[in-house]
Amino acid sequence: MSITQKDVEYVANLARLELTGEEKERLARQLGDILDYINMLNRLDTTNVEPMAHAAIEHNVFREDGEPRSITPDETLANAPDRQGDFFKVPKVID
Amino acid sequence: MEWEVVIGLETHAELATRTKLWCDCSTEFGAAPNTHTCPICVGMPGVLPVLNRKAFELALRVAFAFKCKVPPRTFFDRKNYYYPDLPKNYQISQNYCNTGTEGHIDIPVNGGSKRVRIHNVHLEEDAGKNIHPERSDADYSLVDLNRAGVPLLEIVTEPDMRGPEEAQAFMETMRRALLYTEVSECHMEQGHLRFEASISLRAPGAAEYGARVEIKNVNSMKAVTSAIEYEIKRQTRILNEGGKVARETRLWDDAAGATGRMRSKEEAQDYRYFPEPDLIPVTIDDEMRARVMAAVPELPLARKRRFIEAFGLPEYDAGVISDDRRTADFFEEALKTYDNPKAVGNWIMNAMLREMKQRGIGIVELKPKPAQVAALAKIASSDRINSPAAQKVFTIMMDTGDDPEEIIRREGLEQTSDSGDILPLVSKAIADNPKAVADFKSGKASAVKFLMGQVMRMARGKANPQVAEKIIQEELGKM
Ligand SMILES: [Zn+2]
Repeated sequence: MSITQKDVEYVANLARLELTGEEKERLARQLGDILDYINMLNRLDTTNVEPMAHAAIEHNVFREDGEPRSITPDETLANAPDRQGDFFKVPKVID
Repeated sequence: MEWEVVIGLETHAELATRTKLWCDCSTEFGAAPNTHTCPICVGMPGVLPVLNRKAFELALRVAFAFKCKVPPRTFFDRKNYYYPDLPKNYQISQNYCNTGTEGHIDIPVNGGSKRVRIHNVHLEEDAGKNIHPERSDADYSLVDLNRAGVPLLEIVTEPDMRGPEEAQAFMETMRRALLYTEVSECHMEQGHLRFEASISLRAPGAAEYGARVEIKNVNSMKAVTSAIEYEIKRQTRILNEGGKVARETRLWDDAAGATGRMRSKEEAQDYRYFPEPDLIPVTIDDEMRARVMAAVPELPLARKRRFIEAFGLPEYDAGVISDDRRTADFFEEALKTYDNPKAVGNWIMNAMLREMKQRGIGIVELKPKPAQVAALAKIASSDRINSPAAQKVFTIMMDTGDDPEEIIRREGLEQTSDSGDILPLVSKAIADNPKAVADFKSGKASAVKFLMGQVMRMARGKANPQVAEKIIQEELGKM
């Protein structure tokens, strides 16, 4: 399975990453290797095998809809790069 | 040329839970910014979401209410995209296995009903809110994450609606159904309920659908209808000029009353869905199925039909009484005491709902119980009290919640049908009003009415009017 530099650029764009030419080359190779490894699984016959959504055997772990509780805005905003009042302040968003 | 209009609708409803979908933060509307937040809903690394049982069961209730197929097991997926109101950079949703598929909802159309197929019902989390400073040259936006992680139900229809009227009927029916099933409070102004439409046109009778245009940024039912009407005109013009409608997402501009193109960069979406590893799958076992199924009520349109067919209520009355689930429950509970749907329905329509409106109260604050309203309806349809007295009893019931029998006794409202009581009053009225007697003799029917008024006044409203009139006629006849 070969991954082209174009594939890397497409995924990088979706992940909001800026890569140098050298990085793109290296990542194309590494991602290709990973996909080759995963593709080994495609050799297995999985007819009649139900797709698995999760490796845990456990099911139905619920939380009851009880008394609400939160942390303070100061705690929430403690790691924010910037704030204005109790809002996160971020680069301008165009809707 | 006339084109056939094809409309599909997506409904987003915020579920009526106290806490968010994956964390204990409150879902309450209108709180100060970022006060309903915690490490889970602001997307801190290393946190673990845990599914709110009530949210899941409400989603399941809707799936059952719309007769969907429900899988034995379901799970959640990550939908990946970047936006400042989405702190994890993915939204947890359902893509590979919805809570329900292939259901339907019946909507009223031209006096009959039409079946709209539901493609799927699924559960996802809401995003936060971006606030743009009013200064247009500001180079920043503000983010409030109070809504991030609030449970959101998405209901997707097949493209089964054929015009703006049907879309409108769908939205109203859907809103009422969600209120009836008590899964959402449906306050439009609080964003509890949002609709998105997709519209295409095709030649009448064509088997294939035309290119579909999705409309976003519609904030009210009225805006959805306006956007649909605009889009029909726009696409009709393109097709009539021999052009091709582009498959795209357009934004509705409420002020301009038009849809506009989104920039293609925003349109190119690749969400790279994959099963959410932080959440454990849900098995919908027989116990859960039975419990949730038991909470599914009869939907409003079906109930209205039953009120018409089984109880013989007029269409309008059936619509008014079935409109609100609690009113309809009240009505049916009252019928257990007095099985006369027309009489009980009349009291609910003409006295109870009117008084509630005047007093600005809802059915939960109502003092009289269904059995008491039924008891009054029963008494009023006998000749024990007359109509003004019954109205008076009802007003006192609204004030006090006392039993009608008790009020009638206390207020001395019971009317007499005993001619021994009424005859002396009639005799006195005739003796006191020789002019009325003369009028009667010269053929004026209104004279009887006048004498009736005199008798009723003397009886302080407690004489049975039919008996009184009969005696007046008899006594005048003798003269
Ligand atoms: Zn939280």
